[in-house]
Amino acid sequence: MLNEAVARQLREIVGEKFFRTDQEALIAHSYDGTPMLQALPDGVIYPESTEQVSEIMKIASSNLIPIVTRGSGSNLCGGTTPLQGGIVMVMHRMNKIIEVDMENLTAIVQPGVITGQFIAHVEGLGLFYPPDPSSMKISTIGGNIAECSGGLRGLKYGTTKDYVLGLTAVLANGSVIRTGGKLTKDVAGYDLTKLLVGSEGTLAVITEAILKLIPQPKTKKTMVAMYKDIYGAARTVSKIIKNQIIPATLEILDNPTIRVVDDFAKIGLPLDMAAILIIEQDGEPEMVERDIEKIHLICREEQADRIEVAADREEAEKLLTARRSAFTALARLRPTTILEDATVPRSKIADMVLRTNAIAQKYNVNIATFGHAGDGNLHPTATTDARDREEVHRVEEAFAEIFEAAIELGGTITGEHGVGVVKAPYLEWKVGEAGVEVMKGIKTAFDPLNILNPSKIFAKETKKRVVVQHG
Amino acid sequence: MANTTGKPAIEHSNPLAQTLLEKLDYDQLTNCMRCGFCLPACPTFRETGMEPASPRGRIAMMKAAVDGLMVPDQQFQDQMNLCLGCRACEPACPADVKYGQLIEQTREAIEEHATHSLPIKVVRKTVFKKVFPKRSKLKLLGGTLAFYQKSGLQKVAHSTGAMKLFPKHLAEIESIMPSASSKGVVDRLGTFYPGKGEAIAKVGMFRGCIMDVMFTDTNVNTVELLSAAGFDVYIPDGQVCCGALYAHSGEMNDARQLAAVNIDTFKQLGVDYVVSNAGGCGALLVEYDHLMQDDEKYRESAKWFASRVIDVSALIVEKGRVPKFAQKESSPQAEKIKVTYQDSCHLRNVMKGSSAPRTLMKQVANTDYIEMVESDRCCGSAGIYNIVQPEMAGSILEHKMEHANNTQASYMLTSNPGCLLQMKVGIEKHQPDQPMKAMHIVDFLHDRMIVSE
Repeated sequence: MLNEAVARQLREIVGEKFFRTDQEALIAHSYDGTPMLQALPDGVIYPESTEQVSEIMKIASSNLIPIVTRGSGSNLCGGTTPLQGGIVMVMHRMNKIIEVDMENLTAIVQPGVITGQFIAHVEGLGLFYPPDPSSMKISTIGGNIAECSGGLRGLKYGTTKDYVLGLTAVLANGSVIRTGGKLTKDVAGYDLTKLLVGSEGTLAVITEAILKLIPQPKTKKTMVAMYKDIYGAARTVSKIIKNQIIPATLEILDNPTIRVVDDFAKIGLPLDMAAILIIEQDGEPEMVERDIEKIHLICREEQADRIEVAADREEAEKLLTARRSAFTALARLRPTTILEDATVPRSKIADMVLRTNAIAQKYNVNIATFGHAGDGNLHPTATTDARDREEVHRVEEAFAEIFEAAIELGGTITGEHGVGVVKAPYLEWKVGEAGVEVMKGIKTAFDPLNILNPSKIFAKETKKRVVVQHG
Repeated sequence: MANTTGKPAIEHSNPLAQTLLEKLDYDQLTNCMRCGFCLPACPTFRETGMEPASPRGRIAMMKAAVDGLMVPDQQFQDQMNLCLGCRACEPACPADVKYGQLIEQTREAIEEHATHSLPIKVVRKTVFKKVFPKRSKLKLLGGTLAFYQKSGLQKVAHSTGAMKLFPKHLAEIESIMPSASSKGVVDRLGTFYPGKGEAIAKVGMFRGCIMDVMFTDTNVNTVELLSAAGFDVYIPDGQVCCGALYAHSGEMNDARQLAAVNIDTFKQLGVDYVVSNAGGCGALLVEYDHLMQDDEKYRESAKWFASRVIDVSALIVEKGRVPKFAQKESSPQAEKIKVTYQDSCHLRNVMKGSSAPRTLMKQVANTDYIEMVESDRCCGSAGIYNIVQPEMAGSILEHKMEHANNTQASYMLTSNPGCLLQMKVGIEKHQPDQPMKAMHIVDFLHDRMIVSE
């Protein structure tokens, strides 16, 4: 609970309107995009400058008030749910694109800028910012940096971490640090920029970012290949890479997803296919043509049952419908949708999909898998009903086994959503006891009082590892 | 009634919370997975930047009230009333949450416990119980308005500054009111108007209340346009108000009574289509099946009715013999006349009818169709919203008119009377750089129809 004196000080910093403790503000900031998770904060604050954030953090640390920084609250790991109460700090008012530097090909932005709007803005200038999480229409750059968001273009262009050159951040005690710069090379001490990217609001509050931009690819071409044998699809993925072709997009839908998508979008997908690959290449026109031809050949060699290459953008959009509708189609099946992001080396995609299907069957739950085949980042998605506790429990058991399987195949528990609270019990499985200890040490160095997004990333207890039954 | 599976077993001491528990569809509340994809689509979220003023925030509050996590206080009610009901959040929702139904159920619950201030009470009672249900009263209203406008009283009111006595936003609306008429479309054309050539289908014209009093010409033009496109048009005189203003304000029983009359009237005629030229009416008509789903007597005929409802533009494009249109005053060497369009939210988001009006506008010779930035976003009219929420409506309109100005269009077309009036207010108030005229798309097309010999 916040006492009146603290509330008064906070109001003095941001103004009457922008610190709220009324009922509706608390309810509307008690959740994020994560299913079955809700906790009320004690207050909600909307700062508009680095200075204000710094003042707020000073008050928070002298009063030991938890601060949960939030953009649009679309994350899927419970990262912005205020589990320990305290204050939710919404960054929406800090939403300016401060500059686009055409000479250095960089941009300086505030954290509340909506990613999709930023992408559109730089595209208008002939430039390109590749990280494109599916939530980009609503998620913010600040949120993307905090979670190190990926997206469809990860394989060729990397993820958010590859485009953050420098940060302004406020530490728990209110002091302000500036990391990196408009620099390609910078080895002055530890790389704090990279450390803060993906730190899920637990180390500092990001208030400004210098982002790297690249030239816009000239053309783009889209194709689809369908397989009766999922290993054919998987071999295609490996063979494309082996042939030193790096497609801009290389997505996969498994059979349960194909069925759900076709039922929803009625686009006449063949239901007997084990997998569909959606492939896009961008770049110079001649290179794109040549790559698509080569990929076409590889798909045929690997016994693709059906291959379609889009003649123009309109046809491309049609081919992309299946991938675009995947989430929507699944979300409409049942009231509760749990979207995970287990990730494996791309050579293990087929194994991971089949293991996931088998696990779903074992626990008698509905899980469909789609995702970024090119970078091994899969989205096993369970559809259930939060009100059915028994089924939800089976879903949780199934996911524990899916995470286990991912690690066994050399992968990770989360590729792009973050650990938050949902995957905290599994973190040790991936990074080991010593790994967790180092991370905890870093956390303490940045935030000794543990007021920045407490109870995230580190679980009170690590979940017991299940023994995976084979066969 | 809402689906009751899995509702929380709570007995609320707060009477509104209890009514919300009874009325709200708990499945729909659970279906919201809080992904936030609706946020950018929501005009009130964009204006305020505050989560409670978003569809996700409102649904979370509805659920919190039902779950006993919050008391539905005055602030809760105000937030529910701040929603425009434009339903732009619905196409944006991956999980297909029926937000429109949830907000209506919430408002119905609020209305049951409402204690309106006296002036609001008087307005609500006059509008809902006296004027709209009765055509005679509507005509009287039209006649009174016409008298006010034609007798010189309006001029007197304006020149003496009497309008300054009214709140500013009401004065703004008053100043752009079209000439009202006590003669509706049936008085002018009768109840049947044959189609040109071989009849394609038998169409029942839904004339609307505001449309028929304030935009009688548009109704007449609609009938003539449909006839030119090859439809036999029936205008049954027994039809009443669609009920939209009631439904959106939580007066569901009144809405259902009106629906029953309309269903009977059009079913008796056995029409192939029920055509509407007002997105706001059409959207409720097309959801009569949902409105009447708990009424055993009307459930089937409501489905019959809803499946036949279509907007005038869509009917002409999809089934009609589309007449030729041309802008007459433009000589071949002159610059083409620029035309732009403001979507009716309900036509776009509920009737899914955003493409047909554009198809028609693009067919008018000697004109250039310019797509306005954010033409799909609500203009702030939203039924009686611009009257009861003037501040929010005003700031939404201001942004809208910036985009309108950028189109440099001479004509701003719409498909709904509320939007049309709001566009007129916007043009009057914000004065675009070049002269701009707001028109109903039907009137624009009718004036440019080339009648073949």
